[in-house]
Amino acid sequence: MAEEQNKKPCRFWIWASASVVFRLILISFPGNLNLSSRPEVSTPLTSIRRLAEGYWLKQASMSPYAGSMYHGSPLLLSVLGPLTVQRIKGQPSHLLCSLVFVIADILSAMLLRGIGQKLQMAYGLNARLLGFFMDKVILPCGDIAALVYFWNPFTIVSCVGLSTSPIENLAVILALFGAVTRRVPLAAFGFVMATHLSLYPATLAIPIIIILRYGLDAPPIKLFLQTRSVENEKSSTSTVSKQAKSKQTTHLPFLWKTVAHFLFWVLLWSLYVLVLCALSLNKYGGLEEMFKRTYGFILSIEDLSPNIGVFWYFFAEVFDFFRNFFLIVFHVNVLFMLLPLVIRLKHRPCFLAFVYLAISSILKSYPSVGDSALYLSLWALFVNELVDMKFSFFLFCGYLGISLLSPVMHNLWIWRGTGNANFYFGNAIGYACFQIVFVVESVSAMLNHDRALRRSSSNHGEVKS
Amino acid sequence: MACLVRSWIPLLFLQSFLVAIAFGSNEGEEFSEELLLKPLPDRKVLAHFHFENRAPPSNSHGRNHHLFPKAISQLVQKFRVKEMELSFTQGRWNHEHWGGFDPLSSMNAKPVGVELWAVFDVPQSQVDISWKNLTHALSGLFCASINFLESSTSYAAPTWGFGTNSDKLRYGSLPREAVCTENLTPWLKLLPCRDKDGISALMNRPSVYRGFYHSQRLHLSTVESGQEGLGSGIVLEQTLTVVIQPETTSVETNMQPSWSLSSLFGRKVVGSCVLAKSSNVYLQLEGRLGHESKNVDTEIEAHKLWMNSDFDLSLKPDRVIRESSSLLFIFDIDKSSDSEPFDLGLTWKLPSKWSCEQAPLHASRFLMGSGNERGAIAILLKATESQEKLSGRNLTTDGRCTIKANIFQIFPWYIKVYYHTLQIFVDQQQKTDSEVLKKINVSPSTDKVSSGMLEMMLELPCEVKSAAISIEYDKGFLHIDEYPPDANQGFDIPSALISFPSHHASLDFQEELSKSPLLSSFKEKSLVRSYTEVLLVPLTTPDFSMPYNVITITCTIFALYFGSLLNVLRRRIGEEERFLKSQAGKKRGGLKQLLSRLTAKIRGRPIEAPSSESPAAESSFLSSKLIFKIILVAGAAAAWQYFSTDK
Repeated sequence: MAEEQNKKPCRFWIWASASVVFRLILISFPGNLNLSSRPEVSTPLTSIRRLAEGYWLKQASMSPYAGSMYHGSPLLLSVLGPLTVQRIKGQPSHLLCSLVFVIADILSAMLLRGIGQKLQMAYGLNARLLGFFMDKVILPCGDIAALVYFWNPFTIVSCVGLSTSPIENLAVILALFGAVTRRVPLAAFGFVMATHLSLYPATLAIPIIIILRYGLDAPPIKLFLQTRSVENEKSSTSTVSKQAKSKQTTHLPFLWKTVAHFLFWVLLWSLYVLVLCALSLNKYGGLEEMFKRTYGFILSIEDLSPNIGVFWYFFAEVFDFFRNFFLIVFHVNVLFMLLPLVIRLKHRPCFLAFVYLAISSILKSYPSVGDSALYLSLWALFVNELVDMKFSFFLFCGYLGISLLSPVMHNLWIWRGTGNANFYFGNAIGYACFQIVFVVESVSAMLNHDRALRRSSSNHGEVKS
Repeated sequence: MACLVRSWIPLLFLQSFLVAIAFGSNEGEEFSEELLLKPLPDRKVLAHFHFENRAPPSNSHGRNHHLFPKAISQLVQKFRVKEMELSFTQGRWNHEHWGGFDPLSSMNAKPVGVELWAVFDVPQSQVDISWKNLTHALSGLFCASINFLESSTSYAAPTWGFGTNSDKLRYGSLPREAVCTENLTPWLKLLPCRDKDGISALMNRPSVYRGFYHSQRLHLSTVESGQEGLGSGIVLEQTLTVVIQPETTSVETNMQPSWSLSSLFGRKVVGSCVLAKSSNVYLQLEGRLGHESKNVDTEIEAHKLWMNSDFDLSLKPDRVIRESSSLLFIFDIDKSSDSEPFDLGLTWKLPSKWSCEQAPLHASRFLMGSGNERGAIAILLKATESQEKLSGRNLTTDGRCTIKANIFQIFPWYIKVYYHTLQIFVDQQQKTDSEVLKKINVSPSTDKVSSGMLEMMLELPCEVKSAAISIEYDKGFLHIDEYPPDANQGFDIPSALISFPSHHASLDFQEELSKSPLLSSFKEKSLVRSYTEVLLVPLTTPDFSMPYNVITITCTIFALYFGSLLNVLRRRIGEEERFLKSQAGKKRGGLKQLLSRLTAKIRGRPIEAPSSESPAAESSFLSSKLIFKIILVAGAAAAWQYFSTDK
């Protein structure tokens, strides 16, 4: 057993380094892969070409937001911008940027592994607390999630395809990691950066606060109370009940102090980021221009170029006088589900974060496969809970089919002119449907898992009594 | 009687005053009509009609025009236009054969469609408003869709690339505008004699529009009087440039075709326009003829010049003027009459060949790439023959010989240009920006708000053979309403303007000229410019027929998301467990179970433990509830109907 455990991390490192090598091989390929202009990979928000254009405009002492090219953060511009210009002789033009993205991917995977290990420990602890005997092995969800992140074709494509989504994903994962390890400033930093880069992770404020307040994912509190009462009735000297008793004081703390701490840091970091942005956009319209060109661009869906979402075609076709109405309806849809989800899943904040990210990647204005890569690897953190998920093979086939069909349809429509827009849009609809089924099934499986826990704990209690 | 006289006197005064105003203001108004004919090397004939109408500076109040078109003077006053040029063109000027380095081509070779530029004399903030109003006024005046230039996505404000340095300049062009006789008629209306008399009577519509190239141009400029209280004078210049292929009967291919006015236009000039101060016809013969000048007796030589072994002119010219490389025959058409119409003809006797002077670089533009996602625009500058002659003229301080070329280009917003991808190749070798790019000014396009503009100044070595500029772009995706009816035809990118700021074209007449507006404008140095081709960019189209399908399907997806997720969240554990327990506890008959499942389905609730009531009673209870519901809905509907009709 110990040998096996020794072997496993070894195998993990082999696979991880293999994926890094794979990425390096891909990026040192000459640029004929053309991944950076795939609509699935780079959206108007994450495209490196647009970033290079923004940097060029800034170098020409114009606002980087002049024209409708760049819509990203000014900070990203000053970090990645110089790298887009520098060339090494005989190497692909964006090699340095690619290296940055590879490093971001490695960091993300490592942080995911850290989150996973914490979650795994919590899972084991909770199972022991509830008094289940381990009839099955707890899967090392951290390693699995990290490997899923490393080897997910979506991640590889968005890393090699030079979209800035690896950096956005890194910020999100950093926020979650900070929250899980209770490093409040880190969590706040990740959260602020993620929100600054792509706005939608703002919804993560709720799961992060819950993690900081209540701790990590656990079965519903009712279960603990139930088990405890059963145990107390049975025998007050058992060791399990001792643990439960000690848990009684630690499991339900109202850690308002931590939350206030978090909010304070969020305020501090966002002030810091805003000041930096204001400094870098000093001459070009300042923060107002930045908000208009980044968040305004996200919210008003001005760019109608095709992507794997459904909005572009909808807003290319919808009548102009309904445009504002549908904009409001679609954006509110992201917010509508926040409350019901937090009510049902408040005992599982990490899973809640996954659901929020998945929802926002479905309903995003400009989604890309990078967003899917993020939530898919977060999903892998919950392999222990979600083993009984339904339709997983069907969903796998669906994702596979969509990712194969999408380039074909795009090629037929845009390059050959033999298909029309409906081909590609149909594909996007299929993708949205699969994502919806995936989210719904994951939530359903998680709730079923809780139900199963409760049933088995009541059975357990009955058996014991 | 005295009373009558007293009442008469003011009237007389008034009358004399009015007469004085009427004649006084007309004093300086001048109109002149001219026609320049020029055989072209490729067996075609260029006819350039030139009408100039001058209104002198006068009081801005009570302006009364005798000859000058009132519509134009009102336009100038209302929108405070300082300078304006409007051109309607069909066909493309052939720079290789028709010349690129003479004032005629640099002023009259225009891009296809409508081109309008105007400089205003208003505060900076009002320039755009004036431009918009001007486009609407011109649109009505010339029966063209110039009003499409109103939107900010179709015009630009060039700073230096256009040649005229002014921050109150606006430039716009409509490449797709079809130019036809409905644009010519209002243009002719501005002439005092219309096309009834004088030179303009030659403008037979079928022959004008049959030509290879026709461009009608209207150029307005105001002349400041410099005096207090006086407004500014206006100079209205109207030109029509036509390139026609004369019908030829000779079979010899190397023989230039002979022609006459009547064979070109199907009409003859019968007298001049009586309102014109001067009406002249010029014939310009280029090339080899210039060197024949010798110091012989002018009278004999003049005769030799128009009737020699090479060609015959059907009429004797009134004057002959030499230019450095060409001869200019001047004819005054005042002498012609009904009985003796003016019908100038040129008959070639020997095959002859000559070439026109060309601009230092020949510009062409093309698209690269395939597919509807992205592409690149390339502008290719190729050295012409005349370049050797020009080289050495423009030595910079460090002794290098350079050619300067300005490129001015407007991009519509749906051509999303990546300016950082600008690449410059000189003689097939890529150069860095600092080597050849002297100045660059970029204003990027904003989606659906403004068009993009690129101005750049290249400094190329004189011995350059070819220079190429390429820039990449992404194609935009438009809203379904923004496509024109013929969406699949594609979209036009307006012509780029290449000008050579260090080269100026002018005709260098050796003799002092009479006051001919056309020739004096030729004598002035004009910037050498050439327009490139209009590019046709196909854009991807959405499916125009299915907005409803898209809306309904997308909304269905949202319903699927919302409904199914909420459904998953809403399911209660307790009820389910009760259901499971009841299932486990009581084994029922198959039929009963089916029934209870059915009722559960209907009522949308999980199956409950069967009550003691008999199934029949339950079903009757259910049906009564159903009936009650139906009655309730019907009542509500009836009430709604009642109230809504009442109102």
